[in-house]
This record gives sequence, C-alpha cells and structure tokens, in this order.
Amino acid sequence: MTTPIRRAGLALAALGTAGVVLAGCSSADPLEESPSTAPSGSSESTTLVVGSQDYYSNEIIAELYAQGLEDAGYTIDRQLRIGQREVYLPEIESGSIDLFPEYTGPLLQVWADAPEERESDEVYAALTEAAPEGITILDQAPATDQDSYVVTREFAEQYDLTTVADLANVDVPLTMGANSEAETRPNGPQGLADVYGIEVGFTPIEDGGGPLTVRALQDGDVQLAILYTAQPEIAENDLVVLEDTEGLFLSSNVVPVASDRVDEEAQAVVNEISAALTSDELIELNRRSTVDQSPAADIAAAWLEEQGLLG
Amino acid sequence: MAAGGGDVNLFAEAMAYLFDAARWTAADGFGARILEHLAFSGAVLLVAAAIGIPAGVLIGHTGRGRDLVVALTSGARAVPTLGLLTIFGLLLGIGLEAPFLALVVLALPPVLAGAYAGVESVDRLVIGGARAIGMTERQILTGVELPLASPVLIGGLRSAALQVISTATLAAYLSDTGLGRPIFEGLKSRDYGLMLAGSILVALLALVIELLFQAAQSAAARRAEPLGTPRTTARARASERNSA
Repeated sequence: MTTPIRRAGLALAALGTAGVVLAGCSSADPLEESPSTAPSGSSESTTLVVGSQDYYSNEIIAELYAQGLEDAGYTIDRQLRIGQREVYLPEIESGSIDLFPEYTGPLLQVWADAPEERESDEVYAALTEAAPEGITILDQAPATDQDSYVVTREFAEQYDLTTVADLANVDVPLTMGANSEAETRPNGPQGLADVYGIEVGFTPIEDGGGPLTVRALQDGDVQLAILYTAQPEIAENDLVVLEDTEGLFLSSNVVPVASDRVDEEAQAVVNEISAALTSDELIELNRRSTVDQSPAADIAAAWLEEQGLLG
Repeated sequence: MAAGGGDVNLFAEAMAYLFDAARWTAADGFGARILEHLAFSGAVLLVAAAIGIPAGVLIGHTGRGRDLVVALTSGARAVPTLGLLTIFGLLLGIGLEAPFLALVVLALPPVLAGAYAGVESVDRLVIGGARAIGMTERQILTGVELPLASPVLIGGLRSAALQVISTATLAAYLSDTGLGRPIFEGLKSRDYGLMLAGSILVALLALVIELLFQAAQSAAARRAEPLGTPRTTARARASERNSA
C-alpha cells in the first residue's frame, strides 16, 4: 500500500523540481584547486580554464569555446555554471579562469561607472577600454542577449505597439512583471518613467521571464514583462519585443573575455565561433536546451559540426 | 566567499534596516509585510485545520483509512513546495492562489497526523468506560477523545504553523505579499543586509507563534491530564494487560 503511493509522491516531487530553476547557490567552490599554471609554450601543452555563468545559455556558449579549442589541440579544464558575476569576475581578473562568455552591456556596467554608451559598437569599444590589465576582450558576436520589454501579440495589435514609447497610447493601467530586483533597478518601472515618461505598476514574478511570467502576460495579470531577447519563449508564445528607441537598455552582445594565456591561435578559434553566433543561432541553441532538453555539451557539438567549425 | 569582516558588516546593515523607522511606516514597509505574512499564514493554517482536523479525528476514532493517510502524508512531505508552487502557478496564474494551495499541501500532513495520532493515543479503556456509563459516540468524541487528544492535536498545528510561517516567504515568488518580498529583493539585488533583515523578521515571527502554540499545548495538556502524567501509568497498565 505504502510503496506505490509514496512512489507517486516522489514522482510528483521530481516533476516539481524539474519545473524550477533555482538561482545559483552551489556550496562547492569549483575554484578551490588552483588550475594548472603551466607556462604557455606550444599550444598542445597548454591547459586553458573555461568558465561559465550559472545560466544554461551561457553554459552552451562556454561549451562552444571549449570544444572548438579542444578540436584545435588545446586541453580544456571546464569550470562551468560557477554562479553570478560577483563570484566569478574576481577569478577572471586574477587569471584563474582563462576564457569566459560574457555580455557587453552588463560587464561594462561593472567596469565603468554609469556608462553613457547604448549602441552595440559603442558599448563594445568602451568595454575594451574599461577592461582591466591582463584581460583581453575578444570579438563580440552578433548575437545579443539583453533585457527587453515584451507584450502579447494581441495587446500589441490592440494598441498598435511597436516601440516602448508607444506604450503611451495605452489607456488602461499597465503593470510590469519581472524579477523583484527590477523594481529598484534602471531597467524597471523607474527607468521606464525616467526615459519614456510612462508610469507602470509592478508585480514580482521570480522566474526570470520563464513560464510563469509568460502565463501572467497571457492571463493579462501583467501587460508587459522583462524577458531576455535570446529566450525562445518569445517566439514560441508569439510575444512582441517593444523596440527600445531611447536607449533604456544597454546593448548586450555575447563577448568572450580572455586571459593572457589565450594565445593568438586560440583567439582566432574563439573569434571564428563568435562570428558565426548570430541572435537567431543563439535562440536556436537555447531552444534545444529549453524545449528539447539536450545537454549543453551535445548542443554545442552538434552546432559546431553544422557550422563547419570543427576539423 | 565573503571575507571574515563582511559578516559583521552584513549584520550591521540588517540592523540598520530593522531600526530605520521609515522602513516600518511605509505602505510596503516591514509592518505591512508582517501583517500580510501573518494574515496569509493564518488563512493557510485555518484551511489546513478545517480539512485536516475533522479527517484526522474521524480516522483516529474509527481506525479506518489509517494506512492510506500515513502513505499520503509521508508522500506529501517529500513534495518540494517551490516545485508545487510552480506547477500551481502554471495552472492558476500569478497571485496568491498558487502559493496558498502549495502551503495548504505543506501544512496538511502535520495537522492530519496530529489529529489522528492524538485521538488514537487515547486509552481504549477510557473509551470503553465512557461507553459503559452510557455516553453516545458523539459524547465520547467531544467529551472524552477530543480533550484527551488536544495536546497532540495542537502539537500538529504547532508544527504546521512553524513550517507555514517560514515557507510563506514563497508567496512573494508570484505576488506582492509578505516578508518574502524584502528577502527576494535583497537576494536578487545583492542587498544581503535587506535579505538578512527580512529573514530575521521571519525567524522572530516563527518564534513568537511557536511560543504561543507551546503555551496552548501546555494548557491543553494540563486540562487533559490534571493529575500529572497518566500517560506513563496508562502505558504501564497496557503492558500489564499484555503480559497477563
């Protein structure tokens, strides 16, 4: 009697956990053992440490770098899903990590105080300027993954919305749904009021633009929500990204951050990968993770193969 | 990761938040958050009690369905509340409904277990005696079993209340409610002082409620067993009976 019911309970439990992505709080410190500090001689003998954020999309990009470099004869030590920027950035700055996929806008905001730049190329140029000694910013990819305001197709058509400024046409009270930190950050209601003069309410939905946020949009509980532009949910649910004409959001292209140990040959390998990584390709990579549930390493291997970047 | 000195600063930051009068009086300040938290937790507990106590008492009184309840409650304890919240959220949308349901599922097992274990623990001799002097089943239930069961029953509620108050922070996952708001906001914006301040308030709230239930439980125990510890004597009598 007990066993099947308990098993059903456990199955439900497993189902529940699968639906939830917990914010990174791994107790193990993957950097405790200092990586090999072999002097960089010939590329064959160099071990490069590749890291990634605790974000599935970032992990896939790190796998692209890692597998591309392995294919070119480098030995790679993977330190993936390390956590948030404040945790891993000091490790990059101290040279414990050699290569890390980053995003131009948010990284610039760390290294430069309240940057004025908004356009992709300006942000990239400012970032290469702001990077500390010993860190090389490689070529940025065309792919962007940045905050955006999205609305449902129905809502956009009803009020004829294409840009964020068009929200002024809406004659009903607006509520924005996003992670709670947006309430006090410049990308939230305050920024919208400062830059566009549009007042909106706020409801916290703590799943980072995931299924609960999409559901709230579709239910009309919130009228606009913050999603990352590379999230497959946007296309899948026919959501509309409102164009940010006033530069509320910083451009945020995918960009590899490298240490001095990443030699010219390795830089060329990574730059080639970045050049092929467009926004559509990034969304497709993310879709293979969120919809097909494939592991990051498999997704990366298949994509590098498709793009002819191996061998 | 934090350096040793950081912890002290963090605590000082939390205290600065807690002793900032403006933080308490604001429309969405700590005072309002505590009231929201209490009202929400109380409503969850009421619903869990309204379902769990009658069901548990019935099971304890009749002895029927005990296996099923043991299996269900132990299964339910294994369900992670955040996962359940996500599933309910996808079904019901954002707002308080999904966290409410998820917390009722969390609170039900201890309430149910307390009710049936309490009624079940009443000495069968006492019930037999009550029946012998002509009490009806209803009188036995309300006049004998329930008062004697009440310390264990209240213990179940106490355990449920503790879990609900500490887990009701999840209401803020999908709505603008409760002490989970400063905790989530602090966590996400790396304002760990604010996060700690919210956590301290939740812990204090849980502690106060725990003490209240403890007092209620002792009062019930005194009423159920005014002459000291008949529980041991009952057990002694039972073992005598078995060995005879």
